[in-house]
Amino acid sequence: MQLYLPIAEVSVNVFVLLGLGGLVGFLSGMFGVGGGFLITPLLMLIGVPPAVAVATGANQVVASSISGVLAQFKRRAVDIKMGVVLTVGGLLGSTIGGFVFDLMNRLGQIDVFVQLSYVLFLGLIGGMMLVESVRSLLRTGKAVVRRGHVHTLVHRMPFKMKFRASGLYISVIPPLMVGAAVGFLSAIMGVGGGFIMVPAMIYLLGMQTKVVVGTSLFQITFVTAYTTLVHAVTHHTVDMMLALLLILGGVIGAQFGARVGVRLKAEQLRILLSLLVLAVAVKIAFDLLLTPSELYSITRVVG
Amino acid sequence: MIRVLLALLLLALPVRAEEIVSGVSQSGVSITTNFDGTAILVYGAAIRDRPAPDWPLLQVIITIEGPSAPLVVRKKERVAGIWLNRGAVQIASAPSFYAVATTGDIGDILSPEADAKYHVTIPQTIKAAEGAAGGSAADQGQYVAALQRIRAQSGSYRLAQDSVLLLRQSLFRTDITLPANLVEGVYKVRIFLTRGGNVVDMQESQINVAKAGLERALYNLAMQSPLVYGVLSLLMAMVAGWGASELFKRVRF
Repeated sequence: MQLYLPIAEVSVNVFVLLGLGGLVGFLSGMFGVGGGFLITPLLMLIGVPPAVAVATGANQVVASSISGVLAQFKRRAVDIKMGVVLTVGGLLGSTIGGFVFDLMNRLGQIDVFVQLSYVLFLGLIGGMMLVESVRSLLRTGKAVVRRGHVHTLVHRMPFKMKFRASGLYISVIPPLMVGAAVGFLSAIMGVGGGFIMVPAMIYLLGMQTKVVVGTSLFQITFVTAYTTLVHAVTHHTVDMMLALLLILGGVIGAQFGARVGVRLKAEQLRILLSLLVLAVAVKIAFDLLLTPSELYSITRVVG
Repeated sequence: MIRVLLALLLLALPVRAEEIVSGVSQSGVSITTNFDGTAILVYGAAIRDRPAPDWPLLQVIITIEGPSAPLVVRKKERVAGIWLNRGAVQIASAPSFYAVATTGDIGDILSPEADAKYHVTIPQTIKAAEGAAGGSAADQGQYVAALQRIRAQSGSYRLAQDSVLLLRQSLFRTDITLPANLVEGVYKVRIFLTRGGNVVDMQESQINVAKAGLERALYNLAMQSPLVYGVLSLLMAMVAGWGASELFKRVRF
């Protein structure tokens, strides 16, 4: 069954979209990630214009993170104060990202720019995760000694604030910057950015792990909602019909993914996730490095 | 006196040996949610007030042209190992869709002069921007050729020779498929009768292609009140995301 997407202006098979949403939902349910980093490249692969893929990807992440953050609220696993600071940074970063997106679009380099961002960030995070999880798998059984309080640069900056739920008394500058970096990526890559924010919260900010996921979902919900609005208002690139099908497929897939996820060990999951992230990075890197079959491309002049 | 008047009258009347009477199966195409392309039937006849000449034979060319738009064609080049868009050529206007159907080899049945006058073949419909920056004329030619090649591969530009059925040198018909990825706007249908490469008669009609129903409503909302549309898509995401997961919690299986 073919469906004509009103904004993307392409006709695609409904079951391909539902399947795509389902597959990404399955993986995101299994690994507990938003899945934006998979949705956006996959949409481009089936012929959705990059600008529509990024904007609609952000819309899809809103749906997958809202149910997550509600569940985390019930468990009181959200540091609202930290979440607000991260969100403020995120909105700033997303706005800057929107400008950069426009600039690259005008220069005709948006595709390469989005691809390079994917290779860079997914490669970096995937590699780090793989190394880290293989190491922890090798030393299972041995007790890991972690110092409770390490004074780093984070503790020497001004504008200190108390984040009770996170167990922190630190300057607001580092969380603002983490939030801004994630917001920036959200605007240019159409991702939630959880895969970058969660490690940053643990290793850079030193937050207590039990509030990390809930708080990052809190930030992601607001920032991707804002990103969706910015793209809808300035570029008219959010395709509601496309988003709805992806969300429906995604919600169903996530339920099954979550069930498979609980049967696997945390280390195994992390290794699988890091391999998946690396695979996406390598695939996109190949697209950039190999000689393309068609050197020319056509862009419609807007305005 | 009467003779002079008659002669003037004859001069004033268009003297055409052959005229087209034609029809198109659809005067409008609605792009609805399940739109998957459509076939347009163009049919007609050449009527004449005197017997047709035996030679050269009558030939028919039918074109359908989608709305034109300015474009940029870019070329990738390897920079530090990475393929980047480097060169670019502005195209002042190129049709979003163009199909040519003929009764024979286009080079045989249409002279280059007639082609240049009526802009019948695909290269004639693409206009490079005047004084476009970057590269020589030959270089620009490569970009225009690439534009044609890409659009031909995607099925947007088509040349279907020998696809017009011509009966008794008079009745003709052809089917032209409009693809699923249509752009909205007025599509121009032209029918040319040629003899010995020269155009004997030409007729033009139009097909309106427009989004309809839900497609129309969503598109209009997105373009005219983007903020409302954006908020609506967020609400949709929240309701769908939260609602569906609640539903799944209730229905344990």
